[in-house]
Amino acid sequence: MSAKIISPKTYVLVWLALMILLFLTWGASEINFGVFSPVIAIVIAVIKMLLVVLIFMHVRYSSRLTWVFAAAGFLWLMIMITLTMGDYLTRGTVRPQNKSIPEWKVDTESQSR
Amino acid sequence: MAEATNAIAEQFDSSEQQHESAWLGLWAFLATEVLFFGGVFLGYIVYRHVYYESFVLASRTTNLVYGTVNTAVLLTSSLTMALAVHAAQVGKNKNLVRFLILTILLAITFMGVKGVEYYEHYKDHQIPGPSFVLKGAPEGELFYYFYFTMTGLHALHVVIGIGLLSVMALLAARRRFNPAYYTPVELSGLYWHFVDIVWIFLYPLIYLISRHS
Repeated sequence: MSAKIISPKTYVLVWLALMILLFLTWGASEINFGVFSPVIAIVIAVIKMLLVVLIFMHVRYSSRLTWVFAAAGFLWLMIMITLTMGDYLTRGTVRPQNKSIPEWKVDTESQSR
Repeated sequence: MAEATNAIAEQFDSSEQQHESAWLGLWAFLATEVLFFGGVFLGYIVYRHVYYESFVLASRTTNLVYGTVNTAVLLTSSLTMALAVHAAQVGKNKNLVRFLILTILLAITFMGVKGVEYYEHYKDHQIPGPSFVLKGAPEGELFYYFYFTMTGLHALHVVIGIGLLSVMALLAARRRFNPAYYTPVELSGLYWHFVDIVWIFLYPLIYLISRHS
C-alpha cells in the first residue's frame, strides 16, 4: 500500500492543538460576546473538524478524488442548512402585495417574539 | 491465512486500486452519515430559532462539565486511533493492539460519563414525557427531545465503534494485519474519527452557544 506514513509526533501536535481549541471554546462560552458567541463556538468547531479530517483522517495526503468525496457531504449539508435558514430567517420581512404597509407592520409585530 | 487476506479480488487490477475503492467507499458512507446527522442538526437549528427563549433556557440546564470532559475524552481517543493506524502501517503489531484497546477504553469512558449525565437528567425530570418539568421554558421539552435524539444517535455510533474496534483488536492479536494489508484498521479509524467529528459539533450546539446569548 502506498499510503503516506505520518510521524506520531505530528499526531500528538494535532491532539495538543485540539485540546487548546477545546479550552478556548470552553473559555469563550463563559464570556458574553453577544451574537458572536455562537459564531466563535462554530468557527472553533470547524477548525477542529478540519484538523481531524486533514491529519487524523489523512485527507491532506490522499488523492484528489478523496477530497471530492470528503467535501461532498459537507457541501450538501451546507446547501440544506443555508436554504432552510434562508427561509426561516427572512419570514415576515417581505410585504405581501395584498397588504398595505400599516396592516403588514401590525401583522409582523404580533408575530415577532 | 495471511495470503488469503492479502489476495486481490478479481475485479481489481492491483492492491492499490483495491485499497482506493475500499477507502472511497467508506468516504461515500461517511457522506451519507453527514446528511443523516445533518437532518437532526438542521431541525435543532430551526427550532432553536423558532422557540429561541425556551431553547436557550433549556440548553443552560445541561451540564457543561460533563460535555467538556467527554469532548476531551473523544479527542484523545482520536489520537490513540491515529496512533493505532500508524502502528499498523509500520508493522508494530503489539502497539496496534495496545492503541486499539486504549481507544476502546476511552470510548467506554465516554459512554460512562454519558450514562451518569443521563441519570442526572432522569433525576432532574428532564426526560421528555409525563414527568417532564422545566420551569419558564414552555418548549423546553422539545429541546430535550432533540438533546436525547442527537446524543442518543451519537452514543449508538460510539457503541458500534466499540464493537468494530474490538473486532479489529481481536484480528490484530491474531496477526491478521501487516504493513501491506491493514485496510480494515484504517477504515475503522475513519469511522471512529467521524464519530469524533459529530461530537465536535454536538458539543457547541448543545452546551456552548446558549450560555451567553
